[in-house]
Amino acid sequence: MIADIAKGAGVLFVAAILQVTLLSQIDVFYGAPDLVLVTLVAVALLRGTIFGAAAGFGAGLVVDTATLQTLGVTSLLLTISGYWIGRYGETTGRDRTHAPFLSVAVVTLLYSFGALVLHYMLGDPASASRVLLDAFPFELIFNLILTLPVYALCRRLFRPPPSGLEEVQLLG
Amino acid sequence: MAGVLVLLSIALITIYFRESSGGGLHQVQSAGATVLRPFEIAADRVSRPFRDAYGYFAGLVHAKSQNNRLRHEVEQLRQRETLNLSAASENSDLRKKLHFINSPSFPRGYGYVTAPIIAQPQAAYQQQVTIGAGSSSGIRQFDPVVTGEGLVGTVVRVAHNVSLVSLLTDDTTSVSATDVKTGAQGVVKAGASFDHVGKDQQVEQGDLLVTAGWKSAGLSSIYPRGIPIGQVTSVGQNEVDLYKHVQLQPFVNFKTLSSLVVLFPPKNR
Repeated sequence: MIADIAKGAGVLFVAAILQVTLLSQIDVFYGAPDLVLVTLVAVALLRGTIFGAAAGFGAGLVVDTATLQTLGVTSLLLTISGYWIGRYGETTGRDRTHAPFLSVAVVTLLYSFGALVLHYMLGDPASASRVLLDAFPFELIFNLILTLPVYALCRRLFRPPPSGLEEVQLLG
Repeated sequence: MAGVLVLLSIALITIYFRESSGGGLHQVQSAGATVLRPFEIAADRVSRPFRDAYGYFAGLVHAKSQNNRLRHEVEQLRQRETLNLSAASENSDLRKKLHFINSPSFPRGYGYVTAPIIAQPQAAYQQQVTIGAGSSSGIRQFDPVVTGEGLVGTVVRVAHNVSLVSLLTDDTTSVSATDVKTGAQGVVKAGASFDHVGKDQQVEQGDLLVTAGWKSAGLSSIYPRGIPIGQVTSVGQNEVDLYKHVQLQPFVNFKTLSSLVVLFPPKNR
């Protein structure tokens, strides 16, 4: 468990640093890939609700601290995202091939919408059309492209926990 | 567990939102940003050669057409420079004769700090960047930020070693500006429109806009006079509105920024 926490912290820290310094510079019609979100989805799918929520909270704090934005905003959004995806992984999604892609697509949409609502509530100037119509399609495409390599990497780092159903070979 | 983290996030937002910029959470964030700064700079340095290579090849695509356009522009600017030199000389003579006392203007009388951009905006609607210099370098809140091309924005949040810069294109950014050619006064909003320009004032397509740098009753603009802002792209008006509709194109290309210059009066240091 401690090894998992260390690996999770490491991979999300690297993702957060890469996100704020490099990936945010990619700008296609206001859309940019969100490596932190994709990594969080992969980690949460493989390790479940508690791990996903805690990882989201920590990654959000790093992003908000590095960008000097309102502390807690990204944490709140990523905590909820991590929890939901963890829940999906624990119940039905983990072993399905399409699960990472479906999760990334749904979370990208909900995250964009949630961020928009939260910033609107905080009084920040937030254009719904720019976020949901201009930026979202390209952000979704970028995130889906990132999903395969990121999920493959996380799968190597976090081996799926034993399901409890072991193969039994009867003798005789 | 997840519920506790959600409540903790909401508590963080509430406290951060309500406390002053010198509050406890801001201090913690400032310390955290200082710790993260080396990682951000390292990531930036590692990726720099790749970005430069991409920029080089991307630039080649438009090089030929850009070259022709720039040659034409250089010819025009040479002609204009000759006229400007003569006008500047005449202006200087007249000022001496009138004993004219000038207000602070860019870049005379202003100190500066050059800082790299270490973090980019995280969402489509955020027009803010983080730079790798803060209060330890003499930067204060509301210091103007420029590049060689023109006005970039304002410092809105300062930590010990990093600062948050709100770009000219941010919806909340307003800059009092003046038309260099006609002297028309107005307010540049979000780097896109030149507002509050009366119908009796002259503004034409292609006019250059610079910061107005006003001073009135002990108050003064945070921007020194004369920082280039942009070029007017369209002018319109109708019978209903009190003001003209003026659109502009900023001189600064906000997508290719890598380092910025923060200006401050010498007394800031």
